[in-house]
Amino acid sequence: MSSPILRLIAQRILLGIVLLLAVSVLIFAGTQILPGDVAQAILGQSATPEALANLREQLGLNDPAWLRYVHWLWGILHGDFGTAQSSGLDIASSIGTRLKNTLFLAACAAIVAVPLAIILGLIAVRYRNGFVDKLISGLALASTSFPEFFIGYVLIFVFAVHWQIFPSISTVDDSTPFLERLQAVVLPATALTLVVLAHMMRMTRAAILNVMQSAYIETAELKGLKAFDIIRKHAFPNAIAPVVNVVMLNLAYLIVGVVVVEVIFVYPGMGQYLVDHVAKRDVPVVQAVGLIFAAVYITLNIVADIGAIVANPRLRHPK
Amino acid sequence: MADKQAKSGQAKPGQASSGRLLDIRNLRIEATVYPPGEAPKTITLVHDVSLTLEKGKVLGLIGESGAGKSTIGLSSMAYGRGGVRITGGEVVLNGRDILKAGPKGVRALRGREVCYVAQSAAAAFNPAHKLIDQVVEATLLHGTASRAEAEKRAIALFKKLSLPNPETIGERYPHQVSGGQLQRVMTAMALCSEPDLIVFDEPTTALDVTTQIDVLAAIKDAIRDTHVAALYITHDLAVVAQVSDEIMVLRHGRLVEWGGTRQIIKEPRQEYTNALVSVHEIEHREQQPGTTPFLSVKNVTAAYGGGHVKVLKNVSVDIYPGQTLAVVGESGSGKSTLARAITGLLPPEEGTVTFDGRPLANRLADRPKEDLRQLQMIYQMADVAMNPRQTVGTIIGRPLEFYFGIKGRERDKRVAELLDEIEMGKGFVDRYPAELSGGQKQRVCIARSLAAKPKLIICDEVTSALDPLVANGILKLLLNLQQVEKVAYLFITHDLATVKSIADSIAVMYRGEVVRYGPKSKVLTPPFDAYTDLLLSSVPEMEIGWLEKAIKGRRMESAGN
Amino acid sequence: MALRQIPLTAWVGLILTGFFAFCAIFAPWIAPHGNGEIVGDVWEPMSATHWLGTDNLGRDLISRMIYGARITMEIAVAATALSFSLGSILGFSAAVFGGWFDTLMSRFVDLLMSIPTLIFGLVVLSVLPTNALTLILVMGILDSTRVYRLSRAVAVDINVMDFVEAAKLRGEGKAWIIFREILPNALSPLVAELGVRFIFAVLFLSALSFLGLGVQPPDSDWGGMVKENKDGIVFGIPAALIPAAAIAVLAISVNLVADWVLNRTTSLKGGRG
Repeated sequence: MSSPILRLIAQRILLGIVLLLAVSVLIFAGTQILPGDVAQAILGQSATPEALANLREQLGLNDPAWLRYVHWLWGILHGDFGTAQSSGLDIASSIGTRLKNTLFLAACAAIVAVPLAIILGLIAVRYRNGFVDKLISGLALASTSFPEFFIGYVLIFVFAVHWQIFPSISTVDDSTPFLERLQAVVLPATALTLVVLAHMMRMTRAAILNVMQSAYIETAELKGLKAFDIIRKHAFPNAIAPVVNVVMLNLAYLIVGVVVVEVIFVYPGMGQYLVDHVAKRDVPVVQAVGLIFAAVYITLNIVADIGAIVANPRLRHPK
Repeated sequence: MADKQAKSGQAKPGQASSGRLLDIRNLRIEATVYPPGEAPKTITLVHDVSLTLEKGKVLGLIGESGAGKSTIGLSSMAYGRGGVRITGGEVVLNGRDILKAGPKGVRALRGREVCYVAQSAAAAFNPAHKLIDQVVEATLLHGTASRAEAEKRAIALFKKLSLPNPETIGERYPHQVSGGQLQRVMTAMALCSEPDLIVFDEPTTALDVTTQIDVLAAIKDAIRDTHVAALYITHDLAVVAQVSDEIMVLRHGRLVEWGGTRQIIKEPRQEYTNALVSVHEIEHREQQPGTTPFLSVKNVTAAYGGGHVKVLKNVSVDIYPGQTLAVVGESGSGKSTLARAITGLLPPEEGTVTFDGRPLANRLADRPKEDLRQLQMIYQMADVAMNPRQTVGTIIGRPLEFYFGIKGRERDKRVAELLDEIEMGKGFVDRYPAELSGGQKQRVCIARSLAAKPKLIICDEVTSALDPLVANGILKLLLNLQQVEKVAYLFITHDLATVKSIADSIAVMYRGEVVRYGPKSKVLTPPFDAYTDLLLSSVPEMEIGWLEKAIKGRRMESAGN
Repeated sequence: MALRQIPLTAWVGLILTGFFAFCAIFAPWIAPHGNGEIVGDVWEPMSATHWLGTDNLGRDLISRMIYGARITMEIAVAATALSFSLGSILGFSAAVFGGWFDTLMSRFVDLLMSIPTLIFGLVVLSVLPTNALTLILVMGILDSTRVYRLSRAVAVDINVMDFVEAAKLRGEGKAWIIFREILPNALSPLVAELGVRFIFAVLFLSALSFLGLGVQPPDSDWGGMVKENKDGIVFGIPAALIPAAAIAVLAISVNLVADWVLNRTTSLKGGRG
């Protein structure tokens, strides 16, 4: 590994940090755009002036916006996300378990979805334009059109209500043993898998097809290599970068899907937490959770880009 | 089949059965095409073509695009590209029909008995592996040598093909090596497993002319020394004449003529072959430069990227009314940039362009409409130079409307006249560009520039994307129009043969500078400077033995080496 | 274009999309009952009087579905129109004018797109009043980033082609170049994208309403109807699945039409189309 590639990676990470800072500004600004102010929004039109003034004081709304932003960011950098408006609980400690739960759910979905999508993508390439390929792309079209809750409630209707194999509500807490936890997330993880699977598979198919149509694949074929060896020796090394990219982009997509899926299955994760507090207009929580989601999303995108840089032979072996 | 050949009076080379390597009989190749919005159609690419090739001989397959020459070449490896299928005939290689060999049998012969050299080696090498690994891959796969032996053989071949640093060049990756070198590495890759036959598919077409000659010489030497047989596919008769023993002329997937190299280029029997052979013989008498040029480029320097990459250095040329200045050079010589500087698309950093005795504004945006009208441009790729959503009538009519305010019936009349001038006729008015052939598209572009009644038309490689016969028609048309309309051309090209047919004066460009400039007769007469000599001597001539003579007489190494 | 050249899938898409649009436009005339009218018991099964049964408050489900189609499509169409006009005008201008305007716009769009749309939508909705106008503005503006990227990319591709350069050399003005040279060639990818953006708007709106942050009761779009009836699922009452399925069918049919439009003219050199 040579220095230009390290420099590229360093550049990409630096860019990510800058982006993250900009995003924090945007999220902060996004909660300041209403006509009145946060206090008005929380208490409603009928609030007494004293109550409003008290709340403004409590929220620090009398300071200018940039100062509040700096305080907020400074706190976050030190692990202090502030306290929730609605409950008075410390946000950082509420997030702790919920983040763990969400990551567990997302990881379960990813472990199933990623290999499955790649295998199905390869099958679609192998039987290109055949029945299997058409079936797969038809299902892909359908599933990108399905809202998450359609998939979720059909799963509940069939597996939890009709056959009663899995619980319809995925309640877990800190004391839930691993196996029970696993059983609880089977349905939500399946729903999430179905949400991202089709898209990931379609993109994998396109990425591999693109490599398979290169002239060097023909060269290998004209050397007399077996189909399997062509894929292993000539297609695979060039397909890694695009496929890594596809996987990462879809994992980022999965992060969004998690919000709705958690609400469907009443799963105590970050998504549920965010939605509850948007309804309660609890701005500090919304800002904190929004920032965390954005950070995960941006990180996955950076990993995708770095994967592409590392897997590119032109960058790995510069002139 | 013997009947057919007798009837058409063709020679029957390669009839001796001893030492016969390849025998293709009554080959028929089809493909299924999927036109958008229509039902799929089956078209026939190759109709009943037969050929034979003896051990150690070279057969050139020649024809324009769509002649089926690559398709036939690949059939000797039992391979059809894309949706192409071999649907009839036999391909007998070393005494057996390989079309009946089955997948395993076909794999056993590819890379062992027959190897392939592609037009673009840059695309044909896998970017993820070192060159040496790819060069020895087929040899190791078929078990004809150990790794050490194969690598030794590869290095010997690199040496034979005059690659620099033959011992270490294999350790590099494809993108680290130049195009001309890659083409030679690919030839080494084909030779490494010591096959009986190599299919060369336009191996030098993508290269600059001064690089082409080196690669061609290297390929020829390698073929001679290893006694391998070859099918050499190209559209350039002069190139194929240097390397082949026999030549087969193809057109629309059918055999036109097949004979010894000397017979084909000296005594072609078919009209089509004759047309290909005499394609560059356009008579054009050089006009004497007038007293005052109407357009002068003086000491122009231009750069891309805010002055970082200098692409034109101190260039001065003059253009006289009704005459043609040809600007010739290889890729990267700055010839197209000169056109961009004159049109104002790339404002020069220094120097001036004067027109009719007054300076032209540097920037396109600052030029008055009248100046824009006087300078028109024709592009290399006619199909992207016209808006695909406009009809021929709109395309040609727009300059009439825009510059002269001619509208309605009068405009239609003028468009019809212009269509007559480019020898197409008014039936084309309602056609869209996609419905025209390559040559017709270029004609419409010419009509569009003529509609403005300009003093100068800049022609940027206008014939490079066309087949030779079509290109010839365009050149003749341009010359005729010059007579009628008294328009001057700035003719940019890499092709010296075209220059000879059309120019009154010539500027030779090399790395952003004009290295030689003057009337055609003077520029093309010795003594030459080193680069012009290299350039002129590198243009293949339709003459047996030209290659050896040219290589011997050279004074300068080409850049691609 | 002959009718029989339209593939079967596109027909299915066109007919279903037309059916939904018909329901949306003529809702008050074709719905058997009023939108909020309570006509029976809670979650009555499907019957001759109530074809799809009744909902969680005893309202006629099919009438709710028809009014729901209207609300869903109204907001989605308005949001799509906003995102499209905003995104394509800015995208085209960025491509043709270039310079600082292009750089500034493109970086800002990069920034907006680095936050998942749903997440940023939720952040903003946590402080904004929940009404149809807010929803349209939030959805339209957030989604216009994607239209911006596409139209800028398409316009940049066309802008560098020789026929545009030829028009510039001829001395044509910016308006001619945008409307006569670039736009006709950018139309088909943009029309296909219009369908995709509409689907996205429907799904986005449904998700928001399902989360209780979109259309507010007593009005209800399809996503909101899923929320209202979701508690019935565990008792084996499929009322929530009906609006969910309707969203899926609408999205699929628009997708089929968009796919057809895109396939019909993918190439720039495609001639008439």
